Amino acid sequence: MVKTDRSMEVVENRHKSLGLSDEQVIEMYRIMLLARRIDERMWLLNRSGKIPFVVSCQGQEAAQVGASFALDRDKDYALPYYRDVGVVLAFGMTTQDLMLQAYAKAEDPNSGGRQMPGHFGQHKNRLVTGSSPVTTQVPHAVGIALAARMEKKDLVSFVTFGEGSSNQGDFHEGANFAGVHKLPVIFMVENNQYAISVPLSKQVACEKISDRAIGYGMPGVTVDGNDPLEVYSAVKEAADRARKGEGPSLIEALTYRLTPHSSDDDDRSYRERDEVDRAKEKDGVLTFASYLRDIGILTEELEKQMNDEISSIIDDATDYAERAPYADADTIYRYVYGEQGGE
Amino acid sequence: MAQMTMIQAITDALRTELKNDENVLVFGEDVGQNGGVFRATEGLQAEFGEDRVFDTPLAESGIAAMALGLALEGYRPVPEIQFFGFVYEAMDAISGQIARIRYRSGGTQSAPITIRSPFGGGVHTPELHADSLEGLVAQQPGLKVVIPSTPYDAKGLLISSLRDNDPVVFLEHMKLYRSFREEVPEEEYTVEIGKAEVRREGTDVTLIAYGAMVHSSLKAAEELEKEGISAEVIDLRTVMPIDIDTIVESVKKTGRVVVIQEAQKQAGMASYIVTEIQERAILHLEAPVLRVAAPDTVYAFTQAEEVWLPGYNDIIEKAKQVINF
Ligand SMILES: Cc1ncc(C[n+]2csc(CCOP(=O)(O)OP(=O)(O)O)c2C)c(N)n1
Ligand SMILES: [Mg+2]
Repeated sequence: MVKTDRSMEVVENRHKSLGLSDEQVIEMYRIMLLARRIDERMWLLNRSGKIPFVVSCQGQEAAQVGASFALDRDKDYALPYYRDVGVVLAFGMTTQDLMLQAYAKAEDPNSGGRQMPGHFGQHKNRLVTGSSPVTTQVPHAVGIALAARMEKKDLVSFVTFGEGSSNQGDFHEGANFAGVHKLPVIFMVENNQYAISVPLSKQVACEKISDRAIGYGMPGVTVDGNDPLEVYSAVKEAADRARKGEGPSLIEALTYRLTPHSSDDDDRSYRERDEVDRAKEKDGVLTFASYLRDIGILTEELEKQMNDEISSIIDDATDYAERAPYADADTIYRYVYGEQGGE
Repeated sequence: MAQMTMIQAITDALRTELKNDENVLVFGEDVGQNGGVFRATEGLQAEFGEDRVFDTPLAESGIAAMALGLALEGYRPVPEIQFFGFVYEAMDAISGQIARIRYRSGGTQSAPITIRSPFGGGVHTPELHADSLEGLVAQQPGLKVVIPSTPYDAKGLLISSLRDNDPVVFLEHMKLYRSFREEVPEEEYTVEIGKAEVRREGTDVTLIAYGAMVHSSLKAAEELEKEGISAEVIDLRTVMPIDIDTIVESVKKTGRVVVIQEAQKQAGMASYIVTEIQERAILHLEAPVLRVAAPDTVYAFTQAEEVWLPGYNDIIEKAKQVINF
């Protein structure tokens, strides 16, 4: 089906050739938009003193959701990092779950309100909990892949991290082991150009983070992280290789962090406003919507319906989380060691 | 004299030594243009240039280990670990390498490095951002561990640390960064490492603390005074080596001691201090030495933080126990 855009030029259907149906790309977009709207709501809640902390996905949703759709979300493992709202939503975490963790309520499925917001983990959805020191999840992902290999399980271990974090020893050690043993791991760097205030140029000397792959004997590719289809395609190829026993891949998704590092940061001291404004023009949430409109599957009616639905999901989740009880302070003594010979 | 917060006093000390000694180098994550996530290095890159105050890639093991190489070539590096919970990434560099270079080189080389790092609870930061891990580094011979509790001491102790020819881990309690101001001389001065300070004199019981717990102890002492109990408060200021002489002097006077630490109880500084006291002053003790510490769990989540952290009430309770023994 070839539709025309407003300037009457032929717009190519790019998702069909990737094996994605119209329904699937609409669902991709819905999750990207949901992630964006949840994040925006969290900033409002933070600025009004209701939640302690936000660390944003804004600008990285396309990469997160595009990648997740290329995985088997009923089997594969994801080891996300703190910006991956798009990944965890795609893997089955709900808006309510996310709000419960933002409010650090007892019912938060990530950690029962124990972890910092954005430290995602949900056992039932194979989202492996991380922690504050960046990049620690990378060797964990490799261990999971090794276990899967030994148990002959068909699964891929998908791990994400920032480009700054790719400088930690954990990255090198994990990638090296995975390369040596040809393990089914996908390493995805969400390169948003900054590590808090430190720009890419002060973090790495290589032109592309994906250039590092050669050192680990794995393929490395750099893709436009604003384009979920491009990310989908790269991750799909990596997942196919992993499942065939051909080993790990390193994928670099080029993005831009549209917000300050976190609600505790003021980015005006280290980057120019027009740099941020320019990046906003390439925002994947906007450009993917245009694509879907141009090929005629995101109609005005559907868009309105989607927006209304998302607003009401977020309103309900926020209300629920706000009313939910905090963890009882006495529970602090629990889960340090196993209880009574139990789990 | 100027009124300064602890964070301002720290910046002032760094500026003083960057001016005094061209071998002083300040580096770490976000310390350059951004001036540090807590603003401890604000303005220093602009003033001293990118060669002397610079951002590093995000990799603590490299930050700390590189400091050793610089030190061996005559520099005085002042690396920052952004939160002390991330020191685990740098433990080999600090305890395995930096601390041991003097010994390994048979005394021919040293590592005049000051590792600065924020730590401590009560500001609603989660685990690994708030942990008190001083015990971890205090266990390593070759390292000195300094924890100021006032802006005045922070400046004087930081200058001393930077001038020390042995490595110093300089821990800055986040709750004290901006909690109060005091008079801090604009000119340079030092506060001796390894010397405790008697913050309040008393005759009935000695409260030994460091960091934020000094202030809880002072508050406890005030409350105890209302009940006719005279408490002496010792601020250790350096937790390794501890100033055992000042402690013993006080024990001789009061015969009763409570040691207070913010860290969880297991295998911590307080246990060490109690042991030192009973080895050196047991005949002066009228009661067992008690400890106030946090419970043996991972650092508490925000809603439980106030319950988890030792407070002045816990100190009062233990002080009464040793008095009524
Ligand atoms: C080991 C460790 N050091 C420092 C920090 C503090 N910190 C949190 S996020 C961050 C920057 C991360 O940058 P990047 O990897 O590019 O990810 P981004 O936040 O840009 O997505 C830093 C320094 C940390 N969490 N862990
Ligand atoms: Mg980044």
